[in-house]
Amino acid sequence: MISLTEQGFDPGPLLSGFCCGRAETGAVASFTGLARGEGGATKVLELEAYPGFTEAQIGAIAEAAKARFELHDLMIVHRIGKIAPGEPIVFVATAAAHRRAAFEACDYLMDYLKSRAPFWKKEHGPDGARWIEPRDEDHADIARWA
Amino acid sequence: MARVLLFGRLSDIAGWREKTLDPSPTRLSDLRAQLAAEDAALGEALAAPGVQVALDQVLVRGDATLSTRSEVAFLPPMSGG
Repeated sequence: MISLTEQGFDPGPLLSGFCCGRAETGAVASFTGLARGEGGATKVLELEAYPGFTEAQIGAIAEAAKARFELHDLMIVHRIGKIAPGEPIVFVATAAAHRRAAFEACDYLMDYLKSRAPFWKKEHGPDGARWIEPRDEDHADIARWA
Repeated sequence: MARVLLFGRLSDIAGWREKTLDPSPTRLSDLRAQLAAEDAALGEALAAPGVQVALDQVLVRGDATLSTRSEVAFLPPMSGG
């Protein structure tokens, strides 16, 4: 399941729900990303998406992950709109027969969400606003999966 | 009327997020030239490395033919998570 939401979410119930009713899965890994305050430099993070296109591109990333890691299932929840420091921005969960595939798929999905998913992130702070673009580390991270 | 959508920093530079062009340019290169003629700073930003184009929600490289109902989106480097 892939969803974009303007509402805040609690990762706990998402993970519980994702684990439910899986007799053959063996391993569920999850990742929750939180908005960082950067010591007061970020008051609000604003995420923009391209409705339709963003979901489709994430869907393609998810399909690639499913095939590559032989996942039983996956879940991606991503915030859009205005987000306060400390709030969850992204939740990813993966289900596989064994732990290695679940861990790696979670890592893979986050690397792709960081620099390939159509989101644009603006940081609002005391000195104004600035757009955040992928860092060199993000490009190096995604290159690991080539 | 082709629709043009700008995302991220591109909409801040242009001062708009969406506009329709009437008459519609027949090629993507014409649309770029038209936007650059109206706003040189935007034209430069659209041509910058790392800016991708989606035509009717499909990424395209290079030039492309447009119809009167095309949706052209300019996408600066993406960053989620």
